This record gives sequence, structure tokens and C-alpha cells, in this order.
Amino acid sequence: MSAPTRTLRRGRAETSVRRHDAIPKVTGEFAYASDLEVAEMLWGQTVRSPHPHALIVSIDVSEALLIPGVHAVLTHEDVPGAKTYGLEFADQPVLAIDRVRYFGEPVALVAAEEPEQARRAAAAVRVEYEPLEPVVDPERAVELEPIHPGRPTAGHGFRYDPRPNVVRSMVIRRGDPDAEADVTVSGTYDVGQQDQAFLGPESGLAIPDGEGGVDIHVATQWLHVDRDQVAPCLALPREMVRVHLAGVGGAFGGREDLSVQVHAALLALRTGRPVKMAYNREESFVGHIHRHPARIRAEHSATREGRLVSVRVRILLDGGAYASSTAAVLANACCFAVGPYAVDNVSIEGTAVYTNNPPCGAMRGFGAVQATFASEAQMDRLADALDIDPVELRLLNALEPGGVLPTGQVVTGSLPTKEVIRRAAAIPVPEPEALPREAIRLPGGSGNTTRGEGVRRGVGFAVGLKNLCYSEGFDDSCAARVRLSADGSAEVHCAAAEVGQGVTDVMLRVARKELGTDEVTLVGGSTARVGSSGSTSASRMTWMAAGAVQLACRAALEERERTGGEVDVERVYRHPRTFPLDPETGQAQGDRSHVAFAVAAMRAVVEVDVDLGLTRVVWIGTAQDVGHALDRTAVEGQIEGGTAQGLGLALMEEIQVRDGVIANASFTDYLIPTFLDMPPVVSELVEEPEPDAPYGVKGVGEPPTLVSTPAIVAALRAATARELTRVPVRPDDIVGL
Amino acid sequence: READVWAGESLLTALRDRLGVPGSKNACEQGECGSCSVLLDGTLVCSCLVLAAQADGHEVVTVEGLVEDGKLHRVQEAFVETGAVQCGFCTPGLVVAAADLLCRTPEPSADEIREALSGNLCRCTGYGKILAAVQLAASR
Repeated sequence: MSAPTRTLRRGRAETSVRRHDAIPKVTGEFAYASDLEVAEMLWGQTVRSPHPHALIVSIDVSEALLIPGVHAVLTHEDVPGAKTYGLEFADQPVLAIDRVRYFGEPVALVAAEEPEQARRAAAAVRVEYEPLEPVVDPERAVELEPIHPGRPTAGHGFRYDPRPNVVRSMVIRRGDPDAEADVTVSGTYDVGQQDQAFLGPESGLAIPDGEGGVDIHVATQWLHVDRDQVAPCLALPREMVRVHLAGVGGAFGGREDLSVQVHAALLALRTGRPVKMAYNREESFVGHIHRHPARIRAEHSATREGRLVSVRVRILLDGGAYASSTAAVLANACCFAVGPYAVDNVSIEGTAVYTNNPPCGAMRGFGAVQATFASEAQMDRLADALDIDPVELRLLNALEPGGVLPTGQVVTGSLPTKEVIRRAAAIPVPEPEALPREAIRLPGGSGNTTRGEGVRRGVGFAVGLKNLCYSEGFDDSCAARVRLSADGSAEVHCAAAEVGQGVTDVMLRVARKELGTDEVTLVGGSTARVGSSGSTSASRMTWMAAGAVQLACRAALEERERTGGEVDVERVYRHPRTFPLDPETGQAQGDRSHVAFAVAAMRAVVEVDVDLGLTRVVWIGTAQDVGHALDRTAVEGQIEGGTAQGLGLALMEEIQVRDGVIANASFTDYLIPTFLDMPPVVSELVEEPEPDAPYGVKGVGEPPTLVSTPAIVAALRAATARELTRVPVRPDDIVGL
Repeated sequence: READVWAGESLLTALRDRLGVPGSKNACEQGECGSCSVLLDGTLVCSCLVLAAQADGHEVVTVEGLVEDGKLHRVQEAFVETGAVQCGFCTPGLVVAAADLLCRTPEPSADEIREALSGNLCRCTGYGKILAAVQLAASR
């Protein structure tokens, strides 16, 4: 079998362009996963459950097999190996077996000559269901029948919890949470279900190798863990399943879990033909995990002077039907429930549950987004109760190196919290704009709904703290391989997934610097050529890939020094080791449970039409702790893009789930920020190198998403004098209906 | 160029799957995201909302067609220079839409750029670098 016909071509003027992939991306030549094609290719289609919870009585594929062009129709009986997979626990069926647990769960697969034939055949698969009452209220999930009845979790080996439908429960306790204080404020906060909404829908191409193995070209975030999940399901040794990175149209956490990988491979191995699968937008909305909806109850106590005395937080996350990375998301939400503030007395309790709602997992910010929305609202309430300036209150309590996290971990790396707060607060805020003015510059915009009579201005401020890299003792590593030729040129292999953030340029930059030559070629990621890079997630890939490429380049130069000839070396980079939390106290066992941290602060200016409930974000100013910026433009791009996603959560983005069914699986009904929704963003980079990281870098993708939601909602509160405890904020919340 | 298509096939599908010009992208296929923007007889359209048959005998310019004699269009050059490209999935549609804007309005204000491109969704950049790119292209 031949390789896909479209391969990534390199930029024509590679040394002078900012990004090596920018030119093929502006000309349309760049090959995304959905652009792949190969001779003799079939099209795969997934048959999905229309029910959020049902028993499967029978599946009849006979009619589907009669449709012209159809080569295969597969059910769970055709899965040769493990019937389930998962990132943390193998609880998700490759194809539903006796029960479906969420709306859109894959039940059967079809392969046909043409995509339309595959779609028709999928519609002809007859599945008889016996609908069950769906578990849709996460508050009640722990009292209802387990939705995984044959698989009691008992808390999945973390903190023991015998209640049904618990993915993980967690406690972090430190000091005396009942310690006496002068002022106490409390609140309950809700976060809706956000979607990653990457623009390139899930897609991949599986090519059988004729010897029982398979090559999978796919848009993903972590090639090796895809392989490690797929191979057991195919009953193949790992080396017979090779996963190669195809062009990725955005990720944001939504490509950590499998989508088409195992399905396309099953069809390819069954038919002996290459099989392409490509979701449309509607299928994409049910075909990947989402950001966890959260309910957070918080109580903050302080002295009259404004110093935090104690913080109590209870967090409930709706994990949906399968675990995905829910256990780690809950841990992150709990660990960052206090935010970048020092407090001696803490009680944090977290529970993440299974329901029949859409499965949730990784999305940019990973639990810290939900936690920060609540904690920053609480800091504003405290400032209000104490009559202290909100920025001063944050400075007074800022967590800095030497300070202690709720887990007992002492911050040892760089964490310029006060500097970041001061720098963000010092950016000049634009003067209010006069009325009347062009409709496009009013809340409601070109809808021409108002002349501005009801427009009020508000300003909000927020600070957020995010961990970098994986935590809780995970063996987090990244491999890189360097080949030096006799002519002095170099080839660098690393599986780090380029998802748009620019990690390929980081790797090229490091290799050129370390090797002292511009003659460096970066070879696309593949499990066949190099070890695991770990995931492009957790604000870790720049740090880890830079570390791995640096290590491999230095080893290659040493090797050449010794042998004088051609060199081919592979090295594995690890960041400082982390340790698990004590399951009963949530205290770090060992010196740290997180590797390092980044902090961001943001001021948002909004205008609200208080009569119509319409909003306009006018301006954003932010300062972010970035360690050392390898590429200022790329860092600004992450800050601006991350800010936009937080703006979306603040104002518009929510998957509408009714009795377990997604009601808005389209860009008509699920709104993401447009050009007109995004204000100018003024960003300042605070550069204080991270001592444990190569070149002092820090990940930069997640902190802006943590802070923009609470900063914007704080500004809305200032404009409306309403509590606004739920995001996204709806027009009726603003008007008070 | 010619291709056999079925009656219900969109221009986008015909371009991508039959004619070998996959630069126009398939992000939503319902006219909401603009990633499939092309010029049909000089008019900006979402190619996912146009039947392939409707384009029979008409001029279609895709992102691939903006490159002349191997030289990038000034909008393409500006996107590269300002860092307006991240994942790039929205880029072909935005480049075509921005080129169309500059044909009609050679010196657009920031608000005019925002409004003209508000039908093109981008999930990576937050639009700031794209605004800078269009302003840079307009200045040349």
C-alpha cells in the first residue's frame, strides 16, 4: 500500500518565515487529516445511539449489507481484542455492547465506496433499543442506579468511595478550616458545558499493511497513547499499529481521547482496504468529550485587613457517561480551587460523577477554569464585603515562591504573582466611548437594536494559577531522536503533536541553536520512528519538546565528537518528579505533586445594555507569567486565542443538553466568538525564567483561558450590579428575568 | 476543469474530493464558519452552500488560485508575517474573504475589517493577528 497522496510540504522560504508551516497553510497546500486520500480508499461511517441511556435488544445489519458499495458493517462482536478502552480507565466500549450510555455513542460501523453510500448504510442498520431513564442530574447521580452496573469503581483506587456513579472523590484538608475570622462570604457558582469547537472535524485514514498490521494517519494530541489504546482492541502487538500525525485543525483538549482511530483501523483490517473517516460538524459535537459542567460552593473568610484566614470549597463535576480524563480534571479543579493566594486553613471536597450526559474530559484549562471562575468571584465578594480595592486584596494575599499550596506543596520555582497583578493593573484602560456612535460599536452590534440608552460600562479584574505538565506522580516524559549526516545536516524526530500552537517551530529553533546549523529537518511525528512525546496538553509541550530536543542534540554532538561519523541517537527527557496526593488528606507525598506553575492577570472592560441584556467586551489588558518567551508573536497568539475561548465561556458557549440529548450540535446554535465579539487584547509578558525548564520556558496556552471568563463576568457584575453566578451569562440573567 | 458529480453534491465537495483542490475547508458544511469561502464569478460565497452543478460554466477562485506565478497574494504574505496562522483550518477562507474585502474596500477601517470577516470563524487566534494581517496587506 502506498502512503497518502498528500504530504506536508515545507515552506518555500523556511529560514525567513515565522512559522515553517505558515506558507502551506495560507496557500491551501497543507494536508489536514480530512484532506488525506489514497487509491482504493473506502469511507467509514459510525452508527450512533439516538438515546442517552438504553439497553440494546438487537442489532440487524442485513439490510445495510445489501446497499450497493458497502464492504463491511461491524458491531461489538467484530472487535477482535479488548472491547473497551479509555485514557485513565478502560470503561468505554469500542462499539456499544449491551447498553448505550450517552446520546451519540458508537454502536456500529460501516465502510463503503462512497461517503453517501456509507451514510445510507449507516441509516439502514436496525438497532432495537429498550430506553432506560437517563441519569442526568449530577447532584443525584450518587444516589441512583449505577450506569456501569458491572463495574463498581469504589473511587477508582484514589480515595475510597462506595457510592454509585463516582468516578473520583477527593479531599484536600490543611490547617483548621474553622479558624476564627472577621468576615465570611459564600457563594454557589455554575459552569456550563463548553465545547472545544476546533475547526477541523475529527478525521483519519487507516491503511492495512497487508501483513496484519495497520497504519493510522490521524489528527490527534498524543500518538503513542492512541496506539496503546487501539492495539489491544485490535488484538495486535503495539508495533503492528503505527500512528502517524496528520495535519491537525485545532485541538484544545478535544483530541486527547480516541475518535476515529480504532474504528477506521477495524474497518481497514476487515476490508483489506484503506478506510477514511471524517466527521461532519454535527457528529463532531457528539464525537468528542467536552469541558466538565461544574457546581462549586465556596466560603472564604478573612481578617478585617483582608488577609485570607480560611477557604472551604465543594466541587461537583459532571463527567458524563465515560471517565476519559475526569479523575485528573477533578484533581486539578480541587488543587486550584483557592487560586494564586496563600491561605493556611483549607477544606476542599471534590466529586466527579458518571451520568448519561455527554462524556467530559480535557479542555484548555483542565478543571482550573471552573475553579477560577468561582474563586475569583469569591475574591471580589470579599473585597466588596471588606471595602478593599479588588486588586489590593489580591496583592495582599498573592501566593509567591516560598508560599504553600492547599496540598502542602511549597512553591519553589518562578511564580511572579504580584508582578503579574501589578503589570496588568497598570495597563491604561481606554476612556469610555461617546454616544451616539456606529451601531457596530454597541452591545448587539450590527443588529441595530439600540441607540445606546441602556448601555452601562463595567470593569473587572481576575487572576489565575495553572500547573504546567502532568501531576500526581505521572511519569511524564518526551523522547526526541537526532540524526547527524556526514554533510553536517541534521534530522530531528519527535512525536510532539503540532496542533496549531507552533511546537514544530520550537523544536526547530532549539535544534538549530543546539547544533549550530540551519540545516535541520523536522520529521513528522510517528510511533514508528521515535518514542512517546507525551500529550500536547497541560501547557507542557513547549517545555517537554524543548527539553527532549536539547538533550538529544547535545547527546548527538557528544557522540559525533567520539566517533566522528554519522550519528543517530534518541533521548528521553523528564521533568522533576512529582508525587501522588495522600488520598485522605490531599497533602502532597514528597516535595511536590505539581511540577511548576504559571500565573496570569487580566482586566476586562465591558459595556452592557441593561434593558436588552446584550453585551460587548470593549477591551482586555493582560499580563502573563511566561517564563522565557521563545517567540513573542506565538506567545501573544496563545494569549489572544485563549482569551477568546474564555470570552466564549463567559458570554455564549454552552452545549445545551436536554434529558441527555445535545440540542445544539451545530455552529448555528453553538456560538463561538466571531471577529466582532473579540476586543483588542493588550498583553504584557512577564519573563522570569523557570529554573527547572529548558531555557526557562513556561507553557502559555492555558492561563489566559482561566482568567478571561472571571474577568469578563466581574466586569458584567460591575455594569449590572447583579450576582451572575453562572456562565455563560445569558441575556435574561443580565435583565433579571 | 470537469468532474462528474451527483445531483446533491456541494461545490465544496466537488472541489475537495473530485477536482483535487482541497484548500477550501470543511469545518461546518452549513454556511456558518466561512472556512470554505471561494469567489464564484467574483462574488464571495460559502462553497458548501452552492451546488456543484450551479458552478457549471462559471469561474471559481479558491485559495489555491490566489497564488500567481508562484508568488503569494499580498493577503497571504501578510498572514504569514503577522502570525495570523495557527492551526490554519480557517486560513484559506479568511484569506479569500480578506482578498475580496480589499478588492471592494482598499483601505478598510478596523471596524470594516471586523464586520466583513465576521462570517469567518477562527478558534485559535482570537482574531488580533488576523486584523493586523489585513491592515498590513491593505497598506501595500
